[in-house]
Amino acid sequence: MNAQERLSLIRAGLSARHAREKRFRLYGVAAIAAALGFVAILFGMILVRGLPAFTQATLSLDVAFDPAILKVEDKPQRREGQSPAEFRKALLDWERKVTMLNFNRIVEQAVRAAAPGTTADARQALSIVETNARFQLRDMVVADPGLIGRTVRVDMLASANADNWLKGNIDRSLPDAQQQLSAPARALADQLHADGRIRFAFAWHIFTNVDSRSAPAAAGLAGAFVGSLYMMLVVIVLAVPIGVMSAVYLEEFAPKNRFTDLIEVNINNLAAVPSIVFGLLGAAVFINWFRLPLSAPLVGGLVLTLMTLPTVIIATRSALRAVPPSLRQAALGLGASRTQTVFHHVLPVTYPGILTATIIGVAQALGETAPLLLIGMNAFVAQVPATPLDQSTALPVQIYLWQGNENRNFFEARTSAAIIVLLALMLTLNAIAIFLRTRLEKRA
Amino acid sequence: MNKLFLTVSAAAVALSAQAGAAFAQSRDTIQIAGSSTVLPFASIVAEEFGNAFPEFRTPVVGSGGSSGGLRQFCQGVGDNTIDIANASRRIRVAEVEACNAAGVEDIREVQIGYDGIVFATSADRGDFALEPVHVFKAIAAKVAVDGKLTDNPYRRWNEIDAALPDQPIALAIPASNHGTREVFEERVIAAGAREAGLPELSKEELEAVTRNFRQDVVVEIAGDYTETLARLQANPDTVGVFGLSFYDQNRDTLKVATVSGVTPSLDTIASGQYPVSRPLYFYVKGEHIGAVPGIEEYVEFFLSDQMTGLGGALETAGLIPAPAEETAEVLAAFKDGKALTAADVK
Repeated sequence: MNAQERLSLIRAGLSARHAREKRFRLYGVAAIAAALGFVAILFGMILVRGLPAFTQATLSLDVAFDPAILKVEDKPQRREGQSPAEFRKALLDWERKVTMLNFNRIVEQAVRAAAPGTTADARQALSIVETNARFQLRDMVVADPGLIGRTVRVDMLASANADNWLKGNIDRSLPDAQQQLSAPARALADQLHADGRIRFAFAWHIFTNVDSRSAPAAAGLAGAFVGSLYMMLVVIVLAVPIGVMSAVYLEEFAPKNRFTDLIEVNINNLAAVPSIVFGLLGAAVFINWFRLPLSAPLVGGLVLTLMTLPTVIIATRSALRAVPPSLRQAALGLGASRTQTVFHHVLPVTYPGILTATIIGVAQALGETAPLLLIGMNAFVAQVPATPLDQSTALPVQIYLWQGNENRNFFEARTSAAIIVLLALMLTLNAIAIFLRTRLEKRA
Repeated sequence: MNKLFLTVSAAAVALSAQAGAAFAQSRDTIQIAGSSTVLPFASIVAEEFGNAFPEFRTPVVGSGGSSGGLRQFCQGVGDNTIDIANASRRIRVAEVEACNAAGVEDIREVQIGYDGIVFATSADRGDFALEPVHVFKAIAAKVAVDGKLTDNPYRRWNEIDAALPDQPIALAIPASNHGTREVFEERVIAAGAREAGLPELSKEELEAVTRNFRQDVVVEIAGDYTETLARLQANPDTVGVFGLSFYDQNRDTLKVATVSGVTPSLDTIASGQYPVSRPLYFYVKGEHIGAVPGIEEYVEFFLSDQMTGLGGALETAGLIPAPAEETAEVLAAFKDGKALTAADVK
């Protein structure tokens, strides 16, 4: 075969090879487009469903604190010679009396004052205001008893059913029997909306309130957020030092023999264990054996630590392996001890890798739900946990709980809103990881 | 590195010290778990209790089904066990015995009111006027045809009774971890079997007939009613079993069936006309009263007029209030410290 023939043979095959290459690239683009398409559908659906939940129907009413209904003695002042305990008791007694006052009647009167001529009876009029309004007014009176006898403009949440009606979550043409609100209450809500007494305001309380069942419109994520925060703190404080130390020892100091091989295999296996198994382990060990409390973020954090440890160890080990041996040899050659070599020269180079692994591990732990269900963190908790030992839920568990709430029309949007908050947190964590990695890599 | 390491270990020490200190104190929050039917009611009371009693922390309410809650309840006495178990059925003898074996001797029963079990379909499907015998014939693996026990031949509802809609049989019923299942078997299936014209059967045979369901048309739901609703949305021909309160909150998508000609509502259930209803309970661990603050106040508050009474917060949420005298008796028994024994529930 002479050169001429070879060239013509190559030429003949060239177009087929080009076509093949083009085809392959096209497949790649199609794969990416499909993946992006799914992500877009997922995010789009969550956003479309969840964004309406961030605005909520809010009533702004002139509330008359009628002294004829709010009959209560003056707030106790601390007298001379009264011990702090006695004073606190007197104050509690007084607060209890204020709580027992009929604030619902005050709310009802305020609704009637805003819509004179409504045909709604007391129950129907109250059904458009969320039930926590009476505690809101109570807290105002407790803070300032001078309000009694005055009229003040107060912003209150409309009830979940009124919010559904005004947003059109329930088909407005359905007959009375299929509506959540009675006909007079629906007319009342529409009238107040037309008058501007009900407007759609940004729902800050999603971030500041705790979960609520008696007042679903006031349900928020604050308790779950703090619970998740405590768990992440426990994970960081335990998983990072233990994980990094294990990795450093295994990689730099431990002899290479059958035993350390076994450990390595087991760590890799541990990383693949389904998270629910860690939950079972946590329930058996931390709760039944160590007698730690149920539903506590400390226990949740410990379980998630077990789950995150393999991730941190594996990532740290591979970061350590990537450090060029010349660095170690140079340090040792200049007379550094092995500990000095590791801590002064090798480990600092791996910081970006360790950091990324930690943040990704934490982000993974933040989204974990299954193990938490087994240690009682799926309970209904209406308080922000003060310490990691107080009962609490976590953000993903809150999503699960809201998803199961019986008021579907209201909580469908609320569930998606909680997902948006959780996703935003994850994205922030990942962004921080990328930012820190590029900064540390530049410095190194 | 050293500095970072020191900070991290200092934080670890601080955290464990705080944990140790807090753990040394006993728990100050009431812990509740159990039936998902009672959960919404208990949660509402817990929340209102926290609002009304500023000196106590808001109780924590978990789910897990009646059986799951009672199992946790009977694990023993101590801070890491729950104080109150919610149940949509009465405690069983075996459970009382398990409790006693674990050291829980002082079990106090509190009955809080009634709940109806309703059959519901998608709002756009036909109207169902069910009788217990219809449900039995739809669900049982073996039914009587011409006086002989044979495999269930029915495929569509109108084959069972011409008055029923012409749609395929599909049912979503609660799984056995739910207290609702027991009531369903007792009030609907067992009642239906009595009228199904079964041939003469021994006790064991009858039990087998009323326990074996057709797996091809029946879906057992282990989760909560939201899951049942999702089944109905996936297959609109499904007839689902719900609590009255759940149906009440979702009446825009659900259509309720009458049972024996009675439409379920607060009134028909309270008056006893509607056949499928059951009392709801919670069980208090007497040993924890005094150790965990607020348990007595919580029980009293739960049974107060503003919660379980007529027109109370729980009636709005779908609980059917018990007559005032009944509630007063329950409260008196609780206050007297009357502990439940295995003999009481036999």
